[in-house]
Amino acid sequence: MNAVQKSESGWRPNPRAAGRRRSDRLATALGMIAAGILVLVLASILWTLLSRGLAGLSFAALFNPMGPPGSRGGLANAIVGSLIQTAIALLIATPLGLGCGIYLSEYGENNRFASCVRFVSDVLMSVPSILVGLFVYQILVAPLGHFSAIAGSVALAILAVPIIVRTTEDMLRLVPVAMREAGAALGAARWRVTIFLCLRSAKTGVLTGILLALARVSGETAPLLFTSLGNQNWSFSLNRPMASLPVAIYQYAGASYDDWVQLAWAGALLVTLGVLAINIAVRFSARRG
Amino acid sequence: MAGVDFSVFFRSQSPSRMTTAQTARTEMDSSAEPAQRRIGADTAFRLFVGACALLVLVALGGLVVLMGVGGHKAFSTFGLAFSFTDVWNPVADLYGALAPLFGTIISTLIGVTIALPLAFGTAFWLTAIAPPRVAAVVGTAIQLLAAVPSIIFGMWGFFTIVPFMARHVQPFLSHNFHHVPGIRFLIHGAPFGTGLMTAGIVLAVMIAPFMTAVMRDVFAAMPAMLRESAYGLGATRWDVMWKVVVPWSRSGMIGAAVLGMGRALGETMAVTFVIGNVTAVGWSLFAPRSTVASLIALQFPESPAGSLRLSSLLALGFILMLLSFASLALARLLRGDRK
Repeated sequence: MNAVQKSESGWRPNPRAAGRRRSDRLATALGMIAAGILVLVLASILWTLLSRGLAGLSFAALFNPMGPPGSRGGLANAIVGSLIQTAIALLIATPLGLGCGIYLSEYGENNRFASCVRFVSDVLMSVPSILVGLFVYQILVAPLGHFSAIAGSVALAILAVPIIVRTTEDMLRLVPVAMREAGAALGAARWRVTIFLCLRSAKTGVLTGILLALARVSGETAPLLFTSLGNQNWSFSLNRPMASLPVAIYQYAGASYDDWVQLAWAGALLVTLGVLAINIAVRFSARRG
Repeated sequence: MAGVDFSVFFRSQSPSRMTTAQTARTEMDSSAEPAQRRIGADTAFRLFVGACALLVLVALGGLVVLMGVGGHKAFSTFGLAFSFTDVWNPVADLYGALAPLFGTIISTLIGVTIALPLAFGTAFWLTAIAPPRVAAVVGTAIQLLAAVPSIIFGMWGFFTIVPFMARHVQPFLSHNFHHVPGIRFLIHGAPFGTGLMTAGIVLAVMIAPFMTAVMRDVFAAMPAMLRESAYGLGATRWDVMWKVVVPWSRSGMIGAAVLGMGRALGETMAVTFVIGNVTAVGWSLFAPRSTVASLIALQFPESPAGSLRLSSLLALGFILMLLSFASLALARLLRGDRK
């Protein structure tokens, strides 16, 4: 545009404009470099994970329980343990989080107690997860005198609850007041309106929150270290230490046996794939719903 | 009866609507339970959800109180000096929080310092430079990677960054900068590859996707009109970014940075793998150190119940709780000044 205008009207480019364009080019280059670095680093993580994890993934890794180095041990008991503990954590966290979210959105207008709970739930969302492990150790492990799977589940549940609370409250707030009024106009009691109208119409969003909580919780290691401890053998008792995938990865990754390190990578790949799959499912359902 | 229900729960109800509602109710409820029981169910429901809310409140209260009670023994033995002493000696039973606190704060600062420009640059690229289709793909990928569990970043750092630092970065630095007075004390140490710098880099990689995702959302939330007007006045992309987008979304960006910082502060798994776990204080960024979270993760299992060591670890946990609480409060404060 400059060339044309210059020849026609004798217009000269403003030196400040040239400076602005220079800094624009510099900033563009720096932005591209930053994005390039970030994408490359993240790709490197995925590549390391895929190449080393796939190498370690085998029939034995998936179906044998953990064992001493060199004994063709696998991760089966850790996988099952993780599934059990996250399932119980969700069973505890879902009613609690839903209840709290319902309270905040339906009964928590201009209410001192509700705003207090809201703040506390935000704090809980950002609390370092290892402190939750310490907390559950003090209330469930130390008094009972032994590590247990249920303690691990409770620790995971404490991490899951604030996520469910937040999404439930936000989603219920999106339900139009007219819907509640319509329900009440038909003579439905308030709890009926809340559960069968509001919660049902906010179903997708609430489910998204639960899935996100599941994704967050299923990769957590720190809160399990002092609660469910980990276990080398099969154990289905909730009253005894139970193996879990993240803790097994933690134990195996630092080991000096090659087969254990390989198993750790296989486990890392499984955990990551699981978490990513949940997140992709959430995205997909959000787009459709 | 129905009128009572409405006036309690829906104040906006108009009288004419009430009559229709009443007729609807009488039509519907020929076989329904008596209204008395219905109000009972309502109260029960309200009590149940209120109890859930109370339980959440109690959980955090219990967390803080128990951490404080558990750490009481350490605080009463060492006094406030616990926070400023740099010994951590299980043999002599002497403990101080300075070394792990120092490690936590410095590694977090390094992490945020690296992650912030990366995240800002990437968000700038995603919102202003990249072709929309590429931006959508890369943006989604980065959002997804923000959800990867932290232990994965720890393993990646342990198997990739640590050897790289030990074999290339540290020998290069100590060879070329060993005699430079201002830098020497920062790079002092044997090339283990572990240390504050490595931990900072891993933390940066861990929080950068999260910060990028938040910043991108903040930038995208700006009304397109403002941006378009600036372009219409002849502004360059960087002008628009720096003089329109950044001032408009400053509080959101600060919120993203502080939330990322909060994540880095309490991170356990990503750090434990790469920090080297030596309780010492020193300026070298390349010597093994420890952080509060990594120290708790490693030493808690070997601390007997009721010991001073366990109490010191819980006191450390209490301090970490305060730090993370402070970072959240800071985020709220900085975000709140827009309203």
